[in-house]
Amino acid sequence: MSKALDMVTRVRGVRGAMLVSAEDGLVVAEQLMEGIKGGAVAALAASLAGRLGRAMQAAGTGSSVFWHLQGEQGALLVVPGGGTDGAGILVVAVAEPDVNIGLVRLELLKAAEKVA
Amino acid sequence: MTAQTRAVESWTLQPLTDFVREASVRLVLVLTPSGQVLAQSGFSRAVDVMSSAALAAAIVASTAELARQLRQPPFAALSHQGPKHGFFLATFKTDRGTLAVLAVYDLDVSSLGLVQLFYEQLAADLKAASPKGAVPKQVLAADFERELTDSLNTLFGR
Repeated sequence: MSKALDMVTRVRGVRGAMLVSAEDGLVVAEQLMEGIKGGAVAALAASLAGRLGRAMQAAGTGSSVFWHLQGEQGALLVVPGGGTDGAGILVVAVAEPDVNIGLVRLELLKAAEKVA
Repeated sequence: MTAQTRAVESWTLQPLTDFVREASVRLVLVLTPSGQVLAQSGFSRAVDVMSSAALAAAIVASTAELARQLRQPPFAALSHQGPKHGFFLATFKTDRGTLAVLAVYDLDVSSLGLVQLFYEQLAADLKAASPKGAVPKQVLAADFERELTDSLNTLFGR
């Protein structure tokens, strides 16, 4: 599983990548730079994914394929991999604010395919 | 403070209120390993508090003994996840003595990761807030029923 994260973390500006259990918000695998609280990111990303999934179902847009949260000092990028209704694995990247979003998205989607 | 969160020992109230809000848990008990309840959130009936505290204390005692027989330190936490709800039980040391936290959460609203994350904060807050140098009060058999009644009255605002 850590191989799936290798290509994500090689993208310039990515500070870490994780596989997170969407159901319970626990870390399955991680490659993070020092200072990133993996457990907290995993728990909050899974919580957000669950709520977002329900909101999207309610809006009739289907399940999410990719989401990107931009912060002042960084960004969180997530691809839900496998499962339905928020179940399965989330592929999560923590990145610098000026990271190449398209490239990270591409690598996250590839990683999600590998772990599915 | 929500109407449903009440404490016998007032220093537990704010940390517990924060935990309930942040972890979105449905029910919480803060208790001693002997089953004496210090605070509760979400319970509406005294009998549920009494039975949950007794069962939690029994689990703490049995897992501690299991760990002892395996020559391991006591287990830090225990988690059980059902189809709709999750249970989380963990112990930690404070100046008030060892305390246990039992949390029940809906899987639609919260998760084990969230509960674990905010439990760490709860444990740290309770350690910081616990009365320093306090000797845990012993509940004598003669006073047990009165102590229990007083505690339940406080926990349910009677």
